Amino acid sequence: MRNLLKTTRILLAVLAFITVSAEAFAQNITVQGKVTDASSGEALPGVNIVIKGTTRGTSTDVDGNYSITVPSGGTLVFSYVGYLTQELAATSPTLNVAMEPEVARLNEVVVIGYGTVKKADATGSVAVVNSEQFNRGAITNPQGLLIGKAPGVVITTSGGAPGAGATIRIRGGSSLSASNDPLIVVDGIPLGSDSPSGATNPLSTINPNDIESITILKDASATAIYGSRASNGVIMITTKKSTKKFSVTYSGNVAMNTVPGTVPVLSADEFRTLVEELYGTSHKAYKRLGTANTDWQKQIYETALTNDHNLSISGTAAKIPYRASVGYTNENGILKTSNFERTTLALGLDPSFLDNHLNIKLNIKGMYNKNRFANQGAIGAAVTFDPTQPIYDEASPNGYFFWAQPNGDPINIATANPVALLNLTRDMATVKRSIGNLQADYKFHFLPDLKLTFNAGYDYSQSDGTVDVPATASWVFDKINGGGIKRTYDQTRKMELMNLYLNYAKEIEPISSRIDFTAGYEWQHFYRKGKTYETNIPIDDAHLIVRTNEPYATENYLVSFFGRLNYVLKDKYLLTFTLRDDGSSRFAPENRWGLFPSLALAWKINEEGFMKNISAVSDLKLRLGYGVTGQQEIGGDYPYLPRYTYSSQDNTAQYQFGSTYYNTLRPEGYDVNIKWEETTTYNAGLDFGFAKNRIYGSVDVYQRKTKDLLNYIPVPAGSNLTNYITTNVGDLENKGFEVSLGAKIISTKDLVWQVDYNLSYNKNKITKLTATDDPTYLGVFTGGIAGGVGNTIQIHSVGYPANSFFVYKQVYDQNGKPIEGLYVDMNNDGVINTSDLYRYKKPAPDYAMGISSNLRYKNFDFSFSGRINIGNYVYNNVFSNRGTYLDVYNPGLNYLSNVLTASKDIQFRNAQYFSDYFVENASFFRMDNISLGYQLPGLLQNKLNMHISAVVQNAFIITKYSGLDPEVDGGIDNNFYPRPRTFMLGLNVQF
Amino acid sequence: MKNKNIFSVLLTGFAVLMFTANSCVKDLDTEPIDPNVVTSASVYKDPAAWKQVLAKCYAGLAVSGQKGPAGQPDISGIDEGFSTYLRQYWCASELPTDEAVISWNDAGLKDYHNQNWSPSNPFITAMYNRIFYQISLVNEYIRAIDSKIGSLPANLQDEVKVYKAEARFLRAFSYWHALDLYGSVPFVTDKDPVGAFFPRQASKEEIFNFIESELKAIDADLKAPKTNEYGRVDKAAAWTLLAKLYLNAQTYIGQAKYTECIDNCKKVINSGYSLAPEYRLLFLADNNSNGAQNEIIFPVCFDGLHTQTWGGMTFVIHAAVGGSMNPADFGIDGGWGGTRTTSAFVNLFPTPANSPDGRAMFYTSGQSLEISDLSTFTDGYAITKFKNLTAAGARGSHPTFPDNDYPVFRLADVYLMYAEAVLRGGSGGDLATAVGYINQLRERAYGNTDGNITQGDLTLDFILAERARELYWEGHRRTDLVRFGKLTGGSYLWPWKGGVKEGVATDAKYNLMPIPASDMGANPTLKQNTGY
Repeated sequence: MRNLLKTTRILLAVLAFITVSAEAFAQNITVQGKVTDASSGEALPGVNIVIKGTTRGTSTDVDGNYSITVPSGGTLVFSYVGYLTQELAATSPTLNVAMEPEVARLNEVVVIGYGTVKKADATGSVAVVNSEQFNRGAITNPQGLLIGKAPGVVITTSGGAPGAGATIRIRGGSSLSASNDPLIVVDGIPLGSDSPSGATNPLSTINPNDIESITILKDASATAIYGSRASNGVIMITTKKSTKKFSVTYSGNVAMNTVPGTVPVLSADEFRTLVEELYGTSHKAYKRLGTANTDWQKQIYETALTNDHNLSISGTAAKIPYRASVGYTNENGILKTSNFERTTLALGLDPSFLDNHLNIKLNIKGMYNKNRFANQGAIGAAVTFDPTQPIYDEASPNGYFFWAQPNGDPINIATANPVALLNLTRDMATVKRSIGNLQADYKFHFLPDLKLTFNAGYDYSQSDGTVDVPATASWVFDKINGGGIKRTYDQTRKMELMNLYLNYAKEIEPISSRIDFTAGYEWQHFYRKGKTYETNIPIDDAHLIVRTNEPYATENYLVSFFGRLNYVLKDKYLLTFTLRDDGSSRFAPENRWGLFPSLALAWKINEEGFMKNISAVSDLKLRLGYGVTGQQEIGGDYPYLPRYTYSSQDNTAQYQFGSTYYNTLRPEGYDVNIKWEETTTYNAGLDFGFAKNRIYGSVDVYQRKTKDLLNYIPVPAGSNLTNYITTNVGDLENKGFEVSLGAKIISTKDLVWQVDYNLSYNKNKITKLTATDDPTYLGVFTGGIAGGVGNTIQIHSVGYPANSFFVYKQVYDQNGKPIEGLYVDMNNDGVINTSDLYRYKKPAPDYAMGISSNLRYKNFDFSFSGRINIGNYVYNNVFSNRGTYLDVYNPGLNYLSNVLTASKDIQFRNAQYFSDYFVENASFFRMDNISLGYQLPGLLQNKLNMHISAVVQNAFIITKYSGLDPEVDGGIDNNFYPRPRTFMLGLNVQF
Repeated sequence: MKNKNIFSVLLTGFAVLMFTANSCVKDLDTEPIDPNVVTSASVYKDPAAWKQVLAKCYAGLAVSGQKGPAGQPDISGIDEGFSTYLRQYWCASELPTDEAVISWNDAGLKDYHNQNWSPSNPFITAMYNRIFYQISLVNEYIRAIDSKIGSLPANLQDEVKVYKAEARFLRAFSYWHALDLYGSVPFVTDKDPVGAFFPRQASKEEIFNFIESELKAIDADLKAPKTNEYGRVDKAAAWTLLAKLYLNAQTYIGQAKYTECIDNCKKVINSGYSLAPEYRLLFLADNNSNGAQNEIIFPVCFDGLHTQTWGGMTFVIHAAVGGSMNPADFGIDGGWGGTRTTSAFVNLFPTPANSPDGRAMFYTSGQSLEISDLSTFTDGYAITKFKNLTAAGARGSHPTFPDNDYPVFRLADVYLMYAEAVLRGGSGGDLATAVGYINQLRERAYGNTDGNITQGDLTLDFILAERARELYWEGHRRTDLVRFGKLTGGSYLWPWKGGVKEGVATDAKYNLMPIPASDMGANPTLKQNTGY
């Protein structure tokens, strides 16, 4: 957007002008005094004292004393974390202040879209997780902070790779084919849903140490202000701001990642015995056995070290409060050769001008990330590779043993040597990324209740990656041309955003009302451009084979108008109405705009007269919400537009006419009528607090109905230029409830014990999939598995949860052993064929629980947090693919493969991928972390705070699931990178 | 005073921002910025586009999408490598018959041997989707031609007219597959739009008549036999397709059209195509230049460097190599250990392991003749007909992706059709000529006249067997067995027919494939084939 720059410049000019014009002249007096805790009477060191309307101030010393020069008649603002801020007129030279501790939670300010609201006034289903509540341990990405901390938010890490990402699902997914990821908003900037190529995680730019709080907006009355991107909830990350007073904080840790376990496979001797049993000693298979004893899984994993250092400086310089931080993480994965190295920088400035009428917030975050990705094919290969073969072979051109053809060349589709896969693959990426924004809030001088906010933000990234595999590697061998892999790729991603909104807040005392009205406009542009180029490593120039030559570029725009009205009557009855009108470039002009309203009502029951006398109840609020949200993350940027695509510039999909090869032009399938997917949510909730909020919590029930589902479905044959298209067909429903409970069980000066628990239940059901109701329509196949080619194990069907497993019902003998290939004839037609597949269970849990406990005794603290998932099922693809005797020996290609120890229990000869035997109950309890800490008593006259801690992450897991780890995103367990068990030592120093 | 200034500046700023908002709404009108993507509205501004879209209509038979060997698929719902037209057609035409078995356990693949497939079978679904993808592609192309041809320069107009005739041939070719495999199917032409509608199901007669009328209508515009560029069809291809349509008319619409079949066979035979000097040349990497190109009337072209796919010839050659076979002997870097044949087919040849008939190309070392386990590659003789080697024995240009072109139609097939149509009572031909044609094939096969037959040997059973010997693994067997009433039922059993080692009678409904469940769901106006 060319106007953005111009606009920013004008605004900056305005700001500069305003700043210069703000000058005041007055006489000064010196005020001094002592600041104490109102309840204990103890002196409070480090209390911030600022002259209102200026950036001048001081803070109390260790004894709570202060002294400051103030213009006569000025006002002093006393603030301290955990205490109510006080404003007092500087009328006399002595001013002692008793600070009232903040009543927990009630005055908490919650970040919501385009503004904030007092927690007590919130009408929607909103969960806030503060930095004190974050998960402990060596956590390198923001998602890790949140796991198990909020009801209805299920976070599944994608495995144990260093820096790995995670899937977040809020109240189940509202979509089938479109994205189910929540919208992530960082300091008011909604980010794009994609991750830069070569990055491990879309949020890795944000150092967890820089995060102050994370707010999760769950129901539509809270999210609808984000309209078309809010159907799956919104996660709002607020980064730490300046403390104003000078402080330096260091936090760092060293962690040891250990291998949690390996897949039980036959040992070399057991394998020899099995081959002999199956084939006899004279068979070629037996002769192929080696003499080594190699535990391949032991060879690919190692105990790995991670270290993480963060330094932040905060204070005020030249009247400008600042916070600057630098973080460095170096994480080695337990799979050898994997490494994640990241440096992050963050700078925040939040100056105020014009008597605090103009507040500026500037945030800039930068990341420099180097990744080395291990070849994860080694995980499966280590399970499969013949344990009787050696790792090394002197005769091999690269030193590693490989399965050879009779002529000595590698069999390139045989299992590759796992150690060679790791050591010969060099897969590196560098990602540079910066996210930043400038926000200016201006309270009008003539009307301070009216505030104008301008926010301009960006998210730029540049990725460069290379993959190198030498020509000698057995799995990419090509004798004639030269094999190997030489790949380079790069990507430039740009996101620019601008929003502008007016806020009017006013107490109207005559009618005991408070109104808060916001209206604004937002513009956002997403742009991605990149290229992948891959060749072999040719024996000479004439044998160069270009495998991939794919430049690409794409962009999309979102333009939105939004408004919100909060109305509070008698401080008891609350109403919120929001409306957003979103325009997306992804839809045709006729369908481009979507209108997303929401309405919420809340009643603070405890404020009613009849409740006033019930002192046990400190907080009781009933919330009702309704809202419509949309979805436009559908994968492509031009689904409505008739367009043609050239065949790849690598010239590999050409067609021959005469002696010329022509690149082809393909007309693409399209849907002129494609439009927004809409989710309507109803939510009812009750927030409560008892005994002065020592016991607190909330209960929510909800129903979410998605209509015009953006669904990837078969088109009627012949009606389009593809057989599948994303179009608006079908309905989906999620129903559930959430409970969160917290209690400060003990709260004394020396001993504090707090326990938090949350529970969520979600039931997902597809209610419609086709334009017409056709009971014979099976549904949409999904969930690709390893084994065979193109096999899928899941289905979306009407009347069932999304991603239900679609399998045969196994028949067992009297000993409970599954009978190979024998299944129940479900339709009783005497034939066992694909008509007998049935829908059995699903990967999403019915119940998800999180529990955490924080105990502090004097200077010691002890905490743990864990999770329980119930009713989640996993297809054990490792077992189904590697548990059959026929796989032991490939007679066609003459090589051997190991099988799981468990295959002895079933003794299948042929793979039975579709048996429900392999769909297992994967309910689990996982102890995510256990932490023990010690706060060193007052160092350097209490100016230095030091805290040391020891943490075990992924401490243990209790489950009946037979595979390595029951927590598998998507429910198909196929050799994913195991999550390490991590032991960490941490140090936190504050000066 | 100062305040006033502030306000005026702020107001100006606000006005600028509102103006910006207005212009930003216009940002929503985007056009693709990808160098590989062009809108339909502007694609044909480049005159080269006409030939490139025609190339796509042909390539739709060969590759899986816009990137070789995989990456930008044309159709989805199945693994991209499986999704190619020719691979699916090969599987649907060979695996339900005595000519081929496959060892793989992909869901639904062995249903072909078992003859127990259901409407949700993924392979039957993929074949159907490929056929209709091809039809839709041609429809789109014809719509573009019809709307724009008037504005083209005269010389380009003439060329585009030929392109259109070839595209219509390709559409008729796919409708023929639809008729042959599925019977009564949805019917869409260039008169239909792209978008949300339910294509009407046409009767077999209507499809038959459409194919016939199209092939006749394009005759004037197609190039004369052997005058087109290699890889593109000419009049002879249309005549061959008509001959095949007529030969099977009894199956398709219950009417004998053997006279029309003979008529078209004669046109092809007299058009200048000639038999390749050696049988083996037809299936080698240089079959576009080693002499085979004179016999092959309609090839689907592949190239190791330029036309890469996991389907097509890559599948045909790699899947057939396993056991103790040396991949290098087939010009490839490794076998996939999949396809072999049954003893019923092997025994069609005299002394098959060392047959005087040169077409008996078996690999027997370590392979048993009989199959006790379908999943074991070494059970059943392997077939060595297709090799990524040139006539001189040099390897093709790439060890994974063969250069071989797939012979869809070739003259030998036309000779056999002529003979069969004469035997079945068509007029316009004679038995003596038929015997002559067949002896040409047999002399090539034997290298001498030892295998020659006389008029008395020429029976329908002989024709069916001879078609197998000559055309095996070229995608003809299922259609032939249906025409002879032997695919289903109990009159002809072969090992593993019906999923049983000795072979078992199967239900006649399996003469036709079911309309896939996915399309029954997507298009509620469709009626399923009998029995499914």
